[in-house]
Amino acid sequence: MTGEPLLRVSNLSKLFGSRIGCTEVSFALWPGEVLAVVGESGSGKTTLLNCVSTRLEPTSGVAEYRMRDENWRNLYDLSEAERRFLMRTDWGFVHQNPADGLRMTVSAGANVGERLMAVGDRHYGRIRSTALDWLNRVEIAGDRIDDEPRGFSGGMRQRLQIARNLVTSPRLVFMDEPTGGLDVSVQARLLDLLRSLVSELGLAAVIVTHDLAVARLLSHRMMVMKDGRVIEAGLTDRVLDDPREPYTQLLVSSILQV
Amino acid sequence: MVTPLLSVRDVAKTFTMHLRDGAVLPVVLGVGFEVHAGECVVLGGPSGAGKSSLLKMVYGNYGVDAGQILLQHRGQPTDLATASPRVVLELRRDTIGYVSQFLRTVPRVTTLDVIAEPLRSRGVGREEAQTRARALLSQLNLPEQLWSLPPATFSGGEQQRVNIARGFVTDHPVLLLDEPTASLDAGNRAVVVEMIAEKKRAGAALLGIFHDEEVRAAVADRIVDVTAFAPRRAA
Amino acid sequence: MSFAPIYNFAYLDEQTKRMIRRAILKAIAIPGYQVPFASREMPMPFGWGTGGVQVTAAIIGPEDVLKVIDQGADDTTNAVSIRAFFAKVAKVATTTHTAEAKIIQTRHRIPEKTLGEGQVLVYQVPIPEPLRFLEPRETETRKMHALQEYGLMHVKLYEDIAKHGRIATTYAYPVKVEGRYVMDPSPTPKFDNPKMHMSEALQLFGAGREKRIYAVPPHTAVVSLDFEDHPFEIQHFIEPCALCAATGVYLDEVILDDHGGHMFVCSDTDNCEERRDAGHRGKLAGHSLEAAE
Repeated sequence: MTGEPLLRVSNLSKLFGSRIGCTEVSFALWPGEVLAVVGESGSGKTTLLNCVSTRLEPTSGVAEYRMRDENWRNLYDLSEAERRFLMRTDWGFVHQNPADGLRMTVSAGANVGERLMAVGDRHYGRIRSTALDWLNRVEIAGDRIDDEPRGFSGGMRQRLQIARNLVTSPRLVFMDEPTGGLDVSVQARLLDLLRSLVSELGLAAVIVTHDLAVARLLSHRMMVMKDGRVIEAGLTDRVLDDPREPYTQLLVSSILQV
Repeated sequence: MVTPLLSVRDVAKTFTMHLRDGAVLPVVLGVGFEVHAGECVVLGGPSGAGKSSLLKMVYGNYGVDAGQILLQHRGQPTDLATASPRVVLELRRDTIGYVSQFLRTVPRVTTLDVIAEPLRSRGVGREEAQTRARALLSQLNLPEQLWSLPPATFSGGEQQRVNIARGFVTDHPVLLLDEPTASLDAGNRAVVVEMIAEKKRAGAALLGIFHDEEVRAAVADRIVDVTAFAPRRAA
Repeated sequence: MSFAPIYNFAYLDEQTKRMIRRAILKAIAIPGYQVPFASREMPMPFGWGTGGVQVTAAIIGPEDVLKVIDQGADDTTNAVSIRAFFAKVAKVATTTHTAEAKIIQTRHRIPEKTLGEGQVLVYQVPIPEPLRFLEPRETETRKMHALQEYGLMHVKLYEDIAKHGRIATTYAYPVKVEGRYVMDPSPTPKFDNPKMHMSEALQLFGAGREKRIYAVPPHTAVVSLDFEDHPFEIQHFIEPCALCAATGVYLDEVILDDHGGHMFVCSDTDNCEERRDAGHRGKLAGHSLEAAE
């Protein structure tokens, strides 16, 4: 295959004392590729996400990332300054609860503009017009630019969080149950938005979800986790339509059909 | 001898139903056939013979236990049966198309965008992709007022035409058709038959399932009887 | 008959003064960096300048001359009591004249007269952390300083412009010191920010309740944060001082009566008096102030 991956994870394990968070997880992620990590609560999918996104240090294993200068770096060898820089420029992290990813007491415009200011943009007019453009892309009316997200609905907050993350054109975005806690109709809108943004921008993404419909709609590949291990992985539609492992078959057969 | 665009060799597939105490359900065994450019091969056999499953295997939607599914991909034979997920996705983007029986709709995406998407993912501009989508939709007689709506609430026949348009809008060298005319009226069946003929003239290799005998007779160059690959029940 | 207890020179014991001096030295070595120190209980409440008093107590010597100002004035309660405090516990000479002072302890102003080599300006600081407005976690703000992640400071200025059409922060206006640390200059008006830049005097900042000391050594670059299209600007006053006719100085508005009468006068009382002694006269000099009283 042509092209190098963006991220290579090998033998990643995280133990909490003697309890397994996740163990021996390996995968690679290519630019433009969306990987869904599915499993029930406690399966280790969020632990894995937190390790790969360097929010948590793994017990063992390596996660290598191809930096913008094309050099491969082990994420766990980066200095904290490098890691935090990566997180606010080349990466995004979309939390399940938007309040965890937003500054609730500053305006929507400043929420979107913060990353630009963090990387040194010092032109108010330019920052504001970029913020306006992004609000527009995530379907938030421009006249809300000076409002605080405290006054926004759950769906709007989530869309604002996405805009805030994407404004620096990251190459890799982590999402933790991005549609969790939203009404079904709001979910649909968000999914559609995520889907088109991911393909338009050629983003690579790791999406943790327990919702197989979300995985089917957004991801190219998926990994099924149980008890901290990846028990099945592959093309999303193949894993969902032709599941091999007993647990995956159980998961798939448990979906309510509408 | 011209290289076939699709060559299925000794493919076998069983389902293991873990939720039913690991019951093993054999599907097919020793499947072998080829499809050349410009021909339409139809899978024959009664319901339950595994025609649809076989089509899904050829598309990579189902995995296989053994054998090869060779596609001419960028001038190279590529085995879809053992390809990595990324290669399968690339094959689907560039080489093999699929018109499924049912449309899996995405919330809020308009009919035009649903059809234009395969073109867009191959780098065609939005304008051109939509123009080609429009042409197909009018060829398939889908009322124009529906084009800008998401197809979720369409009737079965309307959804099927959206599905056909999505499958035919690109020029994939290999095209799989799973009962594309099942819920169409006679007029639209004729349109689809003509579209298939067009694809053949353009040098595509088609593999399909058609229950309607009239349609089958009109499009089929050869019929591959799937019952020939039935595994001996027992084991 | 005096019941005055016998205090160590300048109130604090020598060990405490050493501890504070060590913090001051470190602060001077790392301009703009907030050095933690073991702030002591002082015989006045927090918020009355306990940080500045401790810094002054640690550096003052018997030969030094002390000036204390509050909002530019030598004659307000806070200034008078702190001056009296050091006159009592250190028996130092005090003055109201900026030029004569060796140490000037200040709350909310920098004197108009340019400070020179050998002078020390001691600021009383209520909240030393400029990032706290948007990031309440101390662990996080320290990390942000360490890694120079100062985007958040501009978020605050952005909010100003978005809400008011301009940077509406008029005091405690954030500055970057020597191109490295972002610092809160204490609640001085932004009018005074340019005076900090490349000053010949040593500037020390003490926050008693927050237990932090920071410093700007002489000849240090102090730059106010801004945007390219909304550059930093100081306040401008239309009228000159009503008493001494000074322009280009910071003025306070004084209400004269219940009928809307008011005047603008120098916030720096020493500077104003000096100018009046030299014969400068504003439009209300001589009569109105008395009339108002």
